[in-house]
Amino acid sequence: MTDTLMTLDGLTKAYPGVVANSDVSFEIGKGEVHALLGENGAGKSTLVKTIYGLVKPDSGTMTLEDTPFAPAEPRAARAAGIAMVFQHFSLFEALDVAENVALGMENPPPLRDLAQRIKEVSETYGLPLDPSRIVGDLSAGERQRVEIIRCLLQDPKVLIMDEPTSVLTPQEVEILFETLRKLKAEGTAILYISHKLEEIRSLCDNATILRLGQVVATCDPRQTSAREMAELMVGGTLHVPEREAKVDGDVLMQINGLNAKSPAEFGTSLKDITLEIRAGDVIGIGGVAGNGQDELLGALSGEITTAAGQIFFGGRDIGHLPPDARRTLGICAAPEERMGHAAAPDMSLTENAALTARKRKGLTKNGFLNWGKARGFAEEVIERFDVRTPGPGNAARSLSGGNLQKFVIGREILQDPQVLVVNQPTWGVDASAAAAIRQALLDLAAKGAAVIVISQDLDELMEISDSFAALNEGRLSKPRPARGLTVEEIGLMLGGAHDMEVAHVD
Amino acid sequence: MIALEKRPQPSAFWSYAAPLVAVILTMIFGAALFAALGKPPLEALSKIFWEPLFGEFSFFYLPQLLVKGAPLVAIALGLSLGFKAGIWNIGAEGQYIIGAICGAAVALAMYPSEARWLVFPAMLIAGAFGGFAWAMIPGILRVKFGTNEILVSLMLVYVAEQLLASMALGAMKNPEGMGFPGSRNMSQMDAATSWISQSNGMHWGVVIALIAVIFAYILFARHILGFQIKLAGQAPRAAAFSGVNPARLILFCLGTSGALAGIAGLTEVSGPAGIVSIDFNVGYGFTAIIVAFLGRLHPVGILLAGGLMALTYIGGDIAQSSLGLPGAAIQVFQGFLLFALLAVDVLTNYRVRLVQRGAA
Ligand SMILES: Nc1ncnc2c1ncn2[C@@H]1O[C@H](COP(=O)(O)OP(=O)(O)OP(=O)(O)O)[C@@H](O)[C@H]1O
Ligand SMILES: [Mg+2]
Repeated sequence: MTDTLMTLDGLTKAYPGVVANSDVSFEIGKGEVHALLGENGAGKSTLVKTIYGLVKPDSGTMTLEDTPFAPAEPRAARAAGIAMVFQHFSLFEALDVAENVALGMENPPPLRDLAQRIKEVSETYGLPLDPSRIVGDLSAGERQRVEIIRCLLQDPKVLIMDEPTSVLTPQEVEILFETLRKLKAEGTAILYISHKLEEIRSLCDNATILRLGQVVATCDPRQTSAREMAELMVGGTLHVPEREAKVDGDVLMQINGLNAKSPAEFGTSLKDITLEIRAGDVIGIGGVAGNGQDELLGALSGEITTAAGQIFFGGRDIGHLPPDARRTLGICAAPEERMGHAAAPDMSLTENAALTARKRKGLTKNGFLNWGKARGFAEEVIERFDVRTPGPGNAARSLSGGNLQKFVIGREILQDPQVLVVNQPTWGVDASAAAAIRQALLDLAAKGAAVIVISQDLDELMEISDSFAALNEGRLSKPRPARGLTVEEIGLMLGGAHDMEVAHVD
Repeated sequence: MIALEKRPQPSAFWSYAAPLVAVILTMIFGAALFAALGKPPLEALSKIFWEPLFGEFSFFYLPQLLVKGAPLVAIALGLSLGFKAGIWNIGAEGQYIIGAICGAAVALAMYPSEARWLVFPAMLIAGAFGGFAWAMIPGILRVKFGTNEILVSLMLVYVAEQLLASMALGAMKNPEGMGFPGSRNMSQMDAATSWISQSNGMHWGVVIALIAVIFAYILFARHILGFQIKLAGQAPRAAAFSGVNPARLILFCLGTSGALAGIAGLTEVSGPAGIVSIDFNVGYGFTAIIVAFLGRLHPVGILLAGGLMALTYIGGDIAQSSLGLPGAAIQVFQGFLLFALLAVDVLTNYRVRLVQRGAA
């Protein structure tokens, strides 16, 4: 791992209003796992997109195996041996897994052979995936696997992973790491972006830390504590969420034997879910993605309407109410997929504020939108949740992943909901912003709202939940008090993880 | 090598400049086309673009501009609602015909009543309703059975044309017309005519088209429905999450565009056309599709695009009669306008970069 495989020298890239990368230089050796750390919007994705040929730097050079490297487009980068797993999926929902993989290849083999190869690779690396499934029906975790397998099929020299584990469970992460260690042993260099610092400590050999686009530090993650790294990233001290004593409130919402068919063809239907939601409660719902998380959020938000007698709010049957009516009552939600579901990528943040907040924030009068007020609300979200963007007129798609997540969560929290349902609330959010979001969720609960947090991040759930339940194949286990739950007990509740083995690596 | 790089935000400059550049490209292309046909290119262009507006006989052509532009604008506005939301009404021509038939039916049934305050409003309502109902057929079929509204609305155009023929030759035939196919002339009935001032080209269709522009502008700038239409077109899942009811949106967009096309048909038949005849419809419903896109689905843009399109019609006629340009050449010319716009449009969302071919 001493031979240098790739060098970056003085890379600079400015967008209107922000310098995303400023004079970034470092080296990556063969077989090195190199971590790229930094707050949301620090410029990590921009940097790796430069390497992958998606962004053209304003200045600076790169070399790969001692030859100048300036990919004009991803195809050139791939031909040179660079592969990348994106932070946001770049998959076509209407096509199946094998077709999606074929689309990313220069000379795809016949689909049947390709499906076979996908099966092999997915088995070798312990990433279960059926090549004939339609991507639109896959969960976020499964889509991630498509991307990873697509890369592995290319035999890359440098594998770039932009927050690959944000949506994976600990078991899945362990499997992925086995895969990565195997690749490392084969001499592949890995450039790894993550906000999960413990993972970085267990996986990476070196770390480069970016702040506001500049390299501010490098460190050996195995020798540096997670807290130290987080503080290097923010250039300050880290705040740990804390909550005041829990209030024991009245029942706000009651779910009674909820059955709902998934609108997606291969989605997971909800089966007989029963849950009592009390004011002041933070209920953590764990489980592997694709076990009904999206559907549960949809059934609560009103995107999926249900038969009578299954969901009650304040004693009133609300199963038939659409999202707007539920928001008016005080039920807000933030779905997992921020691009295209929680937010419209091409619309401005002001418009995205109006997307969900128009009822509770009084943004419309007789059907007419008050754009000034919407803008004011968007500004409030940006300000309160420290969303890094030049202003509310910017399109949602110009925000970095974590910053859009902060905006989406902030938009719901600032509507003062009585019940808030969030799915993966801190997906891709940096450590200090994640702490701020968790704190905001706890504060909301302390004010007497109920919060349902659906997440794959067990540490997150243990940190903030009062009670914990597991969602497995569309069924919800009985909630148990979160305090005092052991890892083994949680594992048993999650159940769904037992059929997954750690990759078999020879 | 030339590469396209996606812009982080659509360029505001290009979204305004693109239609202008497209028009200029079309002129260049047109000049080349006319030259290839052996006609003097500059003269042909000036016949098309200059003559109707500023030529010796502009007093005659300018009113025609209103007459031709009004139905295009009204129909295109309606279509733009659906197009923004990803709902494709291709059958405005049929809705236009049915609107005309329904409105004319009222006028003819009430003939020879002279109560204009009653007859004309009733015609308007009937015309709007006719177009609306005709558009509801693909709408309801799509909502209830998931059929494709493109196919259904398009095929209903042919049904409407048959209906028109049977009306012109049968039920609505002028009893005093000495066997001549076609209805009584409504433009000469004081109670039923849509003309306000025939010599100026002013009729109620023009007024309604202008009012519709204002309404559409307000709808998209301020109203929640306009916002939901845009949202549904750009990010359907986000729209569902936000609370947009897709079925209602489909019916609203199709219904409104049908009603506007119906009104356009009615005001045409009771004014400029005058009679229900076999060849009453001349393709406004299809040309309006081009107008809608040329105007970038924006109300003011559509107003300008409708004017431009009407100009190429009238100017095309002039060029045809005075220079002997074939009618097909004029149609190619008009088609190229849309083509050029779509091509230039890429610049709104992408930036062109010159890059050296990938070193590595
Ligand atoms: N296409 C773009 N247009 C304008 N600004 C952009 C664009 N892409 C990124 N930016 C800005 O550049 C900065 C760096 O963004 P980048 O996506 O690289 O951050 P990141 O480090 O990957 O953050 P995160 O951890 O949230 O994913 C941000 O301020 C972002 O708003
Ligand atoms: Mg990023």
